[in-house]
Amino acid sequence: MRPALKTLVDRVTFLYEDLDFTAVKEWKERTGGKAVGYMPIYVPREIIHAAGMLPVGVLGGGEGLEIIRGDAYFQSYICHIPRSTVELALSGRLDCMDGMLFPSICDVIRNLSGMWNMMFPDRYVRYIDVPQNYDPEVGGSFWRREIAELRADMGRIAGREISDDDIRNSIKVYNENRAALDDLYAARSRTPWVYPIAELYLVLRAGCLLPPEEHTALIREYLELAPQESDRKDKDHSRVVIVGSFCEQPPVGLLQTLERAGCWIVGDDLILGLRWLLRDVDTEGDPITALSDAFLVHSTEAASRYEPGNAKGSQLIASVRDNDAEGVIFCAPSFCDPALLDQPMLVTALDKAGIPHTQFKFSEDTGQFAVIREQAGTFSDSIRLWSEV
Amino acid sequence: MTRPVDADKDRSMELQKEMIAGMFDDLATAHEDGKKVVYTFVPGNLTELIRSFDLLPVLPEINALQSGMRKLSGGYITEAEKQGHSEDVCTYVKCDLGMLKKGNVGPTGKRLPEPDLLLLSYTGCFTFMKWFELLKQEYDCPVAMLHVPYQPDGKIHDHQREYIVKQMRTELIPKLEQVSGKKYDEDRLKEMLAKSAKAEDDLVHVLESAKNRPSPIDAYFGGVYYIGPMFTAFRGSDQGLEYYRLLREEVDARVAAGLGPVTPDGTMTKEKFRLVVEGPPNWTSFREFWKMFYEEDAVVVASSYTKVGGLYDRGFRHDPARPLESLADYCLGCYTNLGLPSRVELLEEYVKEYEADGFMINSVKSCNSFSAGQLLILRQIEERTGIPGGFIESDLVDPRYFSAANIKNRIESYLQMLEQKRGAGVGA
Ligand code: SF4
Ligand code: SF4
Repeated sequence: MRPALKTLVDRVTFLYEDLDFTAVKEWKERTGGKAVGYMPIYVPREIIHAAGMLPVGVLGGGEGLEIIRGDAYFQSYICHIPRSTVELALSGRLDCMDGMLFPSICDVIRNLSGMWNMMFPDRYVRYIDVPQNYDPEVGGSFWRREIAELRADMGRIAGREISDDDIRNSIKVYNENRAALDDLYAARSRTPWVYPIAELYLVLRAGCLLPPEEHTALIREYLELAPQESDRKDKDHSRVVIVGSFCEQPPVGLLQTLERAGCWIVGDDLILGLRWLLRDVDTEGDPITALSDAFLVHSTEAASRYEPGNAKGSQLIASVRDNDAEGVIFCAPSFCDPALLDQPMLVTALDKAGIPHTQFKFSEDTGQFAVIREQAGTFSDSIRLWSEV
Repeated sequence: MTRPVDADKDRSMELQKEMIAGMFDDLATAHEDGKKVVYTFVPGNLTELIRSFDLLPVLPEINALQSGMRKLSGGYITEAEKQGHSEDVCTYVKCDLGMLKKGNVGPTGKRLPEPDLLLLSYTGCFTFMKWFELLKQEYDCPVAMLHVPYQPDGKIHDHQREYIVKQMRTELIPKLEQVSGKKYDEDRLKEMLAKSAKAEDDLVHVLESAKNRPSPIDAYFGGVYYIGPMFTAFRGSDQGLEYYRLLREEVDARVAAGLGPVTPDGTMTKEKFRLVVEGPPNWTSFREFWKMFYEEDAVVVASSYTKVGGLYDRGFRHDPARPLESLADYCLGCYTNLGLPSRVELLEEYVKEYEADGFMINSVKSCNSFSAGQLLILRQIEERTGIPGGFIESDLVDPRYFSAANIKNRIESYLQMLEQKRGAGVGA
């Protein structure tokens, strides 16, 4: 690996592994600004950014965190991310957050917002309730009001008024970030061997910690550097889309295992919040309305979002087609109600479309991948055979 | 200790049985009789609104719990899992889908009609949304989504209420009109809401009778029967009114006679422990579960489960003067739609107001809406009230998660601990 790429990869690896949020602390020291954490998946980060603060995606403790106290807060049949997040907080690692946002995604995150209120009464906590009605006059009017409240709160924490122009500017910054991510995913889909999944994931994940401007630059740099690695060659892999990992994240080792087992992951819903909006947000007119409209009309298909028509699974199928994928791997966290309840509906849609699929569950701290490797290998072989018939 | 059951048959109990049987009879022949049905959920249910269009509500949660009580749920859940539903998710959903796959025969052995409308009232639980998305794939009928925002701070904000009312006006009422072929009749709705409010007064009187010593009711195991008509299809109806009037009279008579609660084995004659319980009960071994309490002379004086369909005891009433607004407030205020701090406050107040000796959580595997956070609730209640809490785990309708010996053991040790704490032999 050339030195420039190595430096970049080392940096994103450090960001991923560093459970002390050093990058956030350094940013705060450097800029004198404040940081606001958010749980998966969607929050309008533009509002935090417009206040001159750093939005920080808190995605649990992953594989590297030993759970000492977190388990005492959750029964065995609840997914892993809330316990590792509580562990992060109780061990002081989230002290650098000047506020925490808990978006509307499932009952676990919802209740965690209330737990936060009780466990950390001196800290700012907000539950972000997104509408499930997409009429601009109905759900839109509710959502605009929620965003306006968030704006007022963020202004208070930052100690300054957030102007419309501040928000418009942040919308632009995030539009650029979205475009860079789109380019990254398009490049990966074209030549997956050039952008190994672990690198792709860590570059994506850095978006949870870096200011968006820096993240965009990092993606652009990575897009330039990765193709310069001449030893990255195509392999006889099958092409798959993975689905179900929008909240609790699989360990990077698991993603690598899939790749090593013969699957190019050419589409995914990892850290979906960073890619929630499918189009640019309007930079003209009232910025709150622009953010609200973007959410109402251009949100990605997701298990936490009501699907009004009968098109369930259509976006997944489109992703399979657009990325020239041959199959889908359901890769959901154990006990994740939204992902696991969604799965049978998506299975039905895939079956109708004749798209093969397989499934397994993980936990963010899963350390053994042998079974998954075997399963993914068999799946990859079978779809390759199948597509040759 | 209990005394035999025969002497204790209450008229209200008989009436409830008749009402429920009648409801399932009506449903069985609904389509032949030219009636349309609306599938919907218990928390935040809009029974009066549905009935004001002469539509019949079907509540899949009630079917699931009834299937649990009739020992049918295990088979249904296995069926759903065979069809690809995860073992990790809510068993109410799987019980319902399994029942559907096996012919949709309801709890009374009669076939349930297919829905003419799915009313997805999304109150207090995300799984509801997935549940009806799943049902939507099975039926060719319209769906109305009613999104009820959460109350993280326990307060109803105007924009939340407005959001719900707007959804009723633009989404729900037009669909109810379309399905029923009738126009929205606000006067009729108001009449029903007035009846609801009257019955709600009576229900609150009954629930609060547990402040007496001995308590004339068990507010959890008995409580689930008392809330039955109110939380299901009978709010706003004459039958509902009559049921609660009768129930209130009976409970008043028990108080006057100094009697304890009625259990399946008769009247409790001794009240040794007064408990507050959080979480839903287990339905597959409901009687066995209840017995574990009354055999130890433990009576539940207040419970949160009996508030999933509304916190009437905290003052909420359906209000004919503001029909849609009060329906919106009702949806917002259901127990599992409240933030955890509000839930803790409520439970703390119950422990104090009802002079409980103990606080117990039945944590069900199925329900993240209830269960996520319960271990913190336990600690908070212990800290705030100074009484130790007990914790048991089971499930709603999955018999694989009811370990009788283990649960009995836990309950007994907990009660022994309470007894030791207050000094042996002290009873009420
Ligand atoms: S992993 Fe699933 S169940 Fe757990 S918090 Fe995330 S969305 Fe909720
Ligand atoms: S998760 Fe809980 S509230 Fe939701 S449907 Fe299941 S049992 Fe009911």
